[in-house]
Amino acid sequence: MTMDRRTLLKGAAAAGAGAAVSAATTAEASSVRPTAPPDAVGMLYDATLCIGCRACVTACKTANNMPGNLYDPPNDLNGETKNIIKLYEEDGEKSYMKQQCMHCIDPGCVNACMIGAFKKREFGIVTWDKDRCIGCRYCQVACPYNIPKFQWDTAVPEIVKCELCNHMLARGEEPGCVQACPKEAVIFGTYEELLADARQRIADHPERYYPAGAPEIFGDTEGGGTQVLYLAGVDFEKLGLPELGDEGVGVHARAVQHGIYRGFIAPVALYGILGAVMWRNRRAAAKEGSDE
Amino acid sequence: MGWRDERLGVPAGSPRDEGVDRRDFVKVCTMAAAAVGLPASAGLKMAEAAEAGLKPSVIWLHFQECTGCTESLLRTSHPGLAELILDLVSLDYHETLFAAAGYQIEEALHQAMEANAGKYICVVEGAIPTKDDGIYCKIAGRTAIDILQDVGSKAGAVIAIGSCASWGGIPSADPNPTGAVGAPEILEGIPVVTLPGCPANPYNFLGTALQYATFGTLPALDDKNRPLFAYGRTIHEHCPRRAHFDAGRFVRQYGDEGHNLGWCLFAMGCKGPETHANCSVIDFGEIPGCWPIGIGHPCFGCTEKGVGFHKPMHQEAALPENAVPPIFPDHRSSAGAAAAGVAGLVGGAVIGAGLMASKKLAEGGGEEGSS
Repeated sequence: MTMDRRTLLKGAAAAGAGAAVSAATTAEASSVRPTAPPDAVGMLYDATLCIGCRACVTACKTANNMPGNLYDPPNDLNGETKNIIKLYEEDGEKSYMKQQCMHCIDPGCVNACMIGAFKKREFGIVTWDKDRCIGCRYCQVACPYNIPKFQWDTAVPEIVKCELCNHMLARGEEPGCVQACPKEAVIFGTYEELLADARQRIADHPERYYPAGAPEIFGDTEGGGTQVLYLAGVDFEKLGLPELGDEGVGVHARAVQHGIYRGFIAPVALYGILGAVMWRNRRAAAKEGSDE
Repeated sequence: MGWRDERLGVPAGSPRDEGVDRRDFVKVCTMAAAAVGLPASAGLKMAEAAEAGLKPSVIWLHFQECTGCTESLLRTSHPGLAELILDLVSLDYHETLFAAAGYQIEEALHQAMEANAGKYICVVEGAIPTKDDGIYCKIAGRTAIDILQDVGSKAGAVIAIGSCASWGGIPSADPNPTGAVGAPEILEGIPVVTLPGCPANPYNFLGTALQYATFGTLPALDDKNRPLFAYGRTIHEHCPRRAHFDAGRFVRQYGDEGHNLGWCLFAMGCKGPETHANCSVIDFGEIPGCWPIGIGHPCFGCTEKGVGFHKPMHQEAALPENAVPPIFPDHRSSAGAAAAGVAGLVGGAVIGAGLMASKKLAEGGGEEGSS
């Protein structure tokens, strides 16, 4: 088979158009707000109740067999910390903040993971499978909340993030942090129950929550919704929660990751071009050889 | 000879019963010094001062209180009250302990104040009512305010023992019908060492009083004039149940599994995190475990103004904000620029040496090939 310049260009154009179309259809499909799975569970953290005792930080480490302790406390999520309490304090405003995986309804990490090490499983829990992971850390790039952490200091590193203590849920126990909290600042329940509870709290004490006048639940619509919900007395952005639209955070990851491979057109086109170049070079070399 | 002497190992017919000899007296002084955390040499100094007749005069005032602080002091044994008031200090006025009453005891007060003006220790026990010109507490026709201003202003040192005298205590609890306040608010301009507690640990009093008696100095104080040796840290910092707090093991209900296992009482309203006192470090009245947390009850915050008798028992305490990271922590690398530079140099040297070695090897290989 011979490929002339005309055929090659035609193939490349077709591949480009295919990729563009597929990206457009992806975006169109996911502009519909994602809905939580019917069995979704999650957590509700109320920053106005948290007192910063950090019992949940230790309880998380115990529940997940993670090293480290409060006498040498972590200052952020890291390769051995899946849950952390932080403090926002500025201009007389003060609030604690609990940071862990949000268990997005449309997660970025799951869509970015090219070989399915990240999965949204039963109860909508986002889990990570160490037997599949190749350590590319695309999940870290895809997460708008900066949650997945990589064990940079170990020979066989793992991705570390909250998996909602699903090993304990299987035994009928609540997650470690929820069990430890002395103030019930973080509670566990089904997604629907938690949303209803949060709305009830806002109705009961509208003056307590942010923003004044029309309090919001972070995670109700943000980033397509998260199964971990937040109530706070200060601006969520000050607590490190990014300003996100109602679009699912998985949309962009899908556009990039899935768009490239859609219909296998782009890979075929890329390797087709490379093959053509090689074929041409070889032919030129053979010609040179025969000339000598 | 009483049970206390038996416990202390004083043999029958010892000098105590027939007058004290020097050796035993120095022993008592040294024991007193050691018990309250003074150096051993302080015992000898104390004994010498007492022998020279320089025992400090103590005038003890009672106002609105339950006498619990005196009662606690009566039950100390290192030194015992007898040694304290007979050997180490000269207790010249104390309404509870004095056999005298009425005109007799008033006479004693005025005599002691005249004889030791500017030198005596004025100990205040109880809050002072200020409402309606202070008529709610009167002794010998004078209000508590008058007495305290009179006695306190001529003292060498003023020590407020107990929460009532320190900041108002129980009498100042809402609605505070008598307008009760602590001694420092009456004695403005005069430094008052406060030893809050309900009752105050007698050893904190002995440590302060004996240091003044021996060296003429007062211990280092915090911003609320509490001795740092006793009130420098919160109960929470040295709590025997602290490990349970850090691990999130909380008692949720009296009598539950965690309560039986001695877990942290924070969720039950323990005020340990906001209460400055040494209860978790020094046994009260030398009885191990004899304090609220020791018997499985939350700390009540009795020493802390605005906490004890003011906050509800089961309301959770405010926690200190130390060691909680900010929302966006600083992730500077632990390796400094210099260390990175050294590592770079070493790495470069290794690569350079490797290049040279491979070059040499290649040259050697070429020679072999040609031979």
